[in-house]
Amino acid sequence: MKRKQLTTIFSIVVMGGGHFVNKFFLKGLFFFFIGLTFIYNLPGILQNTAGLISLGDTPQTVKGFDIIQGDHSILMMFDGVISVILFIFYALVYFYSIKDARRIAEQIEKGETILRGKDYLIHFYEENFPKIMLTPAILGTIFFTALPILITIMIAFTNYSAPNHLPPKSLVDWVGFQNFINIIKLKSWAGTFGRLAGWTVIWAVATTFLNYAGGLVLALLTAKKGIKFKGFWRSIFVLPYAVPAFISLLVFRLMFSGVGPVNNMLASFGLEKIPFFTDPLLAKIMVILINTWAGAPYFMILISGSLTNISSSLYEAAEIDGATRYEQFRHITLPLLLFQTAPVLILSFAYNFNNFGAIYLLTDGNPVNSSLKYAGETDILVTWLYKLTLDHQQYGMAGVISIILFAFIASISLYNFTRSKSFKEEDMI
Amino acid sequence: MANTTKVQRKLLRFIENTIVYGILILIAIIVILPVVWIVLSSFQQGTSLYSSTFIPKKLTLVHYKELFTKTDFPIWYMNTLKIAFFNMIIGVIVTTLTAYTFSRYRFRGRKEMMIGMLILQMFPSFLSMTAIFVLLTKLQLVDSHWGLIIVYAAGQIPYNAWLVKGYFEGIPKSLDEAARVDGAGHLTIFWKIIMPLARPILVLIALTNFTGPWFDFIFPKLILRSRFKKTLAVGIFEWVQGRADNNFTLFAAGSLLVAIPILILFVFLQKNIVEGLSQGATKG
Repeated sequence: MKRKQLTTIFSIVVMGGGHFVNKFFLKGLFFFFIGLTFIYNLPGILQNTAGLISLGDTPQTVKGFDIIQGDHSILMMFDGVISVILFIFYALVYFYSIKDARRIAEQIEKGETILRGKDYLIHFYEENFPKIMLTPAILGTIFFTALPILITIMIAFTNYSAPNHLPPKSLVDWVGFQNFINIIKLKSWAGTFGRLAGWTVIWAVATTFLNYAGGLVLALLTAKKGIKFKGFWRSIFVLPYAVPAFISLLVFRLMFSGVGPVNNMLASFGLEKIPFFTDPLLAKIMVILINTWAGAPYFMILISGSLTNISSSLYEAAEIDGATRYEQFRHITLPLLLFQTAPVLILSFAYNFNNFGAIYLLTDGNPVNSSLKYAGETDILVTWLYKLTLDHQQYGMAGVISIILFAFIASISLYNFTRSKSFKEEDMI
Repeated sequence: MANTTKVQRKLLRFIENTIVYGILILIAIIVILPVVWIVLSSFQQGTSLYSSTFIPKKLTLVHYKELFTKTDFPIWYMNTLKIAFFNMIIGVIVTTLTAYTFSRYRFRGRKEMMIGMLILQMFPSFLSMTAIFVLLTKLQLVDSHWGLIIVYAAGQIPYNAWLVKGYFEGIPKSLDEAARVDGAGHLTIFWKIIMPLARPILVLIALTNFTGPWFDFIFPKLILRSRFKKTLAVGIFEWVQGRADNNFTLFAAGSLLVAIPILILFVFLQKNIVEGLSQGATKG
């Protein structure tokens, strides 16, 4: 029989077998060992995969004073997913071992020299350098970003929620699209979702627009001809960017609170207190304005940089043509700026859409509105999600909202990306 | 005739500049006022927000003393410092290596991986916090600082790698090709050529990774359970959220002690930040 066929058959039967045929013992042993661990792990893998499908069938029971632990559905789901990943990993190694053994056999048949030992390792390192360097990032991203997202998506298809489906006390079941149907059709959920989605869009558009406009004004003012101490003004205006938002937002929360100094001052003038954060409409205006305070400096930095990139010859030409300064701004500065900063602008919209801290730190989502389910007047979708998860343990519904947010944000950023320079210049990506 | 227009123009410019200065001063007041208020409040007598005025009647250092003698503040500070430091080290190494690879090598699956990263970076990691908590439970990293560090360091990869890659693209490839011709290895090129030229973006990444843990309260609240493991953000937030009125001056003093070191870092590194931001973000 030909060496190549023999190698293939042995590789298929035993992991590393093909390497032994070709007298690559160390490599063969390596693959053989991985094969052994697979056989050792196989029962667990199968059991966990079954658990992923059933999500457990023995609930926790109480006998006298003893609690007899049943199945923990969510941990089972988790183990199941890990097992599937493990299985895919083994499958990949298995196919790679076959491929590698066949390559060796082929090279022997052709009489080529084959790298062994240290030379092989050096070659392997050179050849696979990019992949080796990416390993930490890939593992980190798979386990701490992608896997949690996957689990979150799966939870959206379960009834994992308080009060009746919380492990370890009780079981969780797959419910298909029930949560998705509820959020569209069930009045209490649909009403809250609709209102919050509307406010989230208004919030994101308004903050992004005001932050940009504010940054533009600051940049233009500090770049204006004849204004002295430009650096001084800029370093004052950049202050909100340097003060951690976490602290500045809490400071504003206290400053404008019912017993805060602003209201105290009003009271001392004999004026009525203003319900900055307790009146629904006013609270919404306040969170947008305060976030302009915090967000405009970032755009000032960005726009100041872009302004210096605009060639002065453009303005000189415009002046010769008799353009007024407003016309110069309208037809030269603004279009060029928008062109340069468009990607950041869109990213900023996406960021504000999910700007948890900006709302939560200022108002906790309050004032309360009893017609909204688990949400207050200034809650945006992410803060609602946070409350659903941490305060009310409605994990299934929270999963659905995560998916919706994710789909929305991902489509914006993909759109942004496909029209960006780096995507069009094929080599850059 | 020519003279009058010149005078007129000068007058017009003077009026215009006066208005601009006026606006600048007004904005500066709006920007500075909250900062000044919190600084003054930290020296104010008493503890409550209710009695707080813009200008305190009498100044005292007692709240700063209290912070270190009567509260867990020093412990929180050390915890946060530790988490921030390791997050910075791990984060910078992993991120720059990833960005370097994506920027300088062409290999199978590169495009798919990059699009994957681009999508993942848009997904704030706390959207999947339930799942992350289950994962940490499995790894027995709940209530551990290392659990938090891993979540931070791994979570920042997609976004920051993207930003750094954008910056690396601006470093001419002819430089590494020349070095390669001279026989430099992959990592030598990375250390000796790319890293020194990428200082601004490295500073930016190090800074954001260092400062992040100071302000995040979502994950510490989720992951850290015991009293002495708390971070600053959680502790300070609880002062305000709970019985806000009574801890107000402590909050003010604590906030300052958090904000000032960060502010100093920003001032010193300002040039790098601006450069890193504008180049990384626009060339991505």
